[in-house]
Amino acid sequence: MSEKQTSPGLLGWIDARFPLTKMFEEHLSKYYAPKNFNFWYFFGSLALVVLVIQIVTGIFLTMNYKPDGEMAFASVEYIMRDVNWGWLIRYLHSTGASAFFIVVYLHMFRALLYGSYQKPRELIWLFGMFIFLALMAEAFMGYLLPWGQMSYWGAQVIISLFGAIPWVGDSLTLWIRGDFVVSDATLNRFFALHVVAVPLVLLLLVVMHILALHEVGSNNPDGVEIKKNKDANGIPLDGIPFHPYYTVKDILGLVVFLILFSVVVFFTPEMGGYFLEHANFVPADQLKTPPHIAPVWYFTPFYAILRAIPNKLLGVTAMFSSIVLLFLLPWIDRGRVKSVRYRSTAFKILLVVLVISFFGLGYLGALPVDDTRKFMARVFSIGYFGFFLGLWWISKNETTKPVPERVK
Amino acid sequence: MKKLLILAIGLLLPTLGWGAEGGYTYPHDKITIDWHDKAAMQRGARTFANYCMSCHSAKYSRFERVGKDLGIPDDLVRENLIFTTDANGDPTKIGQLMTVTMTPEYAKQAFGVVPPDLSLVARSRGVDWLYNYLRGFYVDESRDIGINNGVFPAVAMPHVLADLQGLQRPKYKTVTTDGEEHEIITGFEMLKPGSMTPSEYDQMVHDLVAYLDYLSEPYRQTRKNVGTGVIIFLLVLLILAYFLKKEYWKDVH
Repeated sequence: MSEKQTSPGLLGWIDARFPLTKMFEEHLSKYYAPKNFNFWYFFGSLALVVLVIQIVTGIFLTMNYKPDGEMAFASVEYIMRDVNWGWLIRYLHSTGASAFFIVVYLHMFRALLYGSYQKPRELIWLFGMFIFLALMAEAFMGYLLPWGQMSYWGAQVIISLFGAIPWVGDSLTLWIRGDFVVSDATLNRFFALHVVAVPLVLLLLVVMHILALHEVGSNNPDGVEIKKNKDANGIPLDGIPFHPYYTVKDILGLVVFLILFSVVVFFTPEMGGYFLEHANFVPADQLKTPPHIAPVWYFTPFYAILRAIPNKLLGVTAMFSSIVLLFLLPWIDRGRVKSVRYRSTAFKILLVVLVISFFGLGYLGALPVDDTRKFMARVFSIGYFGFFLGLWWISKNETTKPVPERVK
Repeated sequence: MKKLLILAIGLLLPTLGWGAEGGYTYPHDKITIDWHDKAAMQRGARTFANYCMSCHSAKYSRFERVGKDLGIPDDLVRENLIFTTDANGDPTKIGQLMTVTMTPEYAKQAFGVVPPDLSLVARSRGVDWLYNYLRGFYVDESRDIGINNGVFPAVAMPHVLADLQGLQRPKYKTVTTDGEEHEIITGFEMLKPGSMTPSEYDQMVHDLVAYLDYLSEPYRQTRKNVGTGVIIFLLVLLILAYFLKKEYWKDVH
């Protein structure tokens, strides 16, 4: 890597002016990744693919979409009916939004399983969490754009959460909406943020996430640092070049993903009302509140935490802390052993509690509240927060299994 | 891990019933729509033009598109589906959107509400709901329009299909839920028969709902056809990708 490549021809000409070959080597052909990546390691590259799908389909949607309170709903139906292949572009984008969250949630869960957030990968995790935050903002603002009943009232409910903040709450919600209710002004600014501002932030964060990863090197299912065991040339013994090994493997994963993705796009784009809510096929009406307002599925776990607590300010605080705690994970976990394979039973139990609580909250957040559900939501909220508290507690003096020297 | 994945997918994607208001409604039958049955949709299109379109628009759809999709020649579309006129008093052009001539102000005076656009009603309400709603009108003297609906209580819409269905009266039963007594409708009895027999009427409503279902997503059949091709292509690609991966990875131990 040290001697300068002076290949002839066009590539040589470019390399003398731009580090093309150098970058290709650093990030692909000479980036050594552990050879034992399993199923859970597909979701990083898949998230990147979904991001590209969203950007490309989004560009085509903006060509026909009209960010105007009077025209937005009709312009979406125009895309669905009159624009050539418009239905496909729109369903790819709407399914892509949900796919993004599925992939990202699985990607984050992988980090939990194998301790990928632990030292020395705290910054990778933090950048990733900021990506998650940006993604939530992106999805939330994008959901307003079709200007259906759920778009409108969902936005109304979520923006009003900021009103719970003492002193500045009301002015803050007014500032976000640009009006006293969600209106044309809100739609216009959300459009601007959704198509320009947040995507730029997302792209920047993705670059930082990957740069940080390639600086430290990838973790793996054994949680062993492969850089500790290198051969005479300084290449990790358990590492293989990302390209071609993981490019061909990720292509396989990508094709499987695309098959599942296509099943939804072409055969059930509404996903039973989960990816496209039924009430969103009714144009936004300021005067008619729907009987049941539910956010899209990827927000329901956090929404359920909010609703589980009777006091609005406390509920909002709990909801925001459920995300803040994720940011702090590298410091909450005081353990030295990364992978679940060598961690204690207590850790495994906590992980199961987290998964059950998360799914439970997600399920309840989509339903109208009643007493039983409120009780269950509280149980699951305790489970969710219990994970972090428990992890902090048990990781201090955790009985772990011996970690192997090299990956298996 | 695989079990975890299956569990994850299973939990992520449950199909909940919708129309979450719950509550008891009558009738509550289910229908199946055959998306290849163009004849049913054509009949539904005629009913829609004759009975619905004086008040309800389908303004995201175009007459021409409907004709093409359902196999109705342009001249038949002009004769049987287009009854509106444009600003010059000429019949609405076939390439136009299926709007309604009634102004919102007039509609509001007549019905108290503007009749909703029906382009997407099959997607927002669902086909079962529509099928039951259109069969659920009954005589209710306590209301000023003299009509109520077993699926949509206190509905503003008059029973425009009464000539066909006739007028019916509900039969009640008292049930107790959570310690409270409710009267629920268990059936209808005919007061004044219409021009159709009950089964003819049901068939007509079925066809109308089939048409509304088509109208809510005209490209549905194309979507499925394209999807089948895409998935077959991806399955072939999967085989190639599998062997490509296997070939490259045979020296990794």
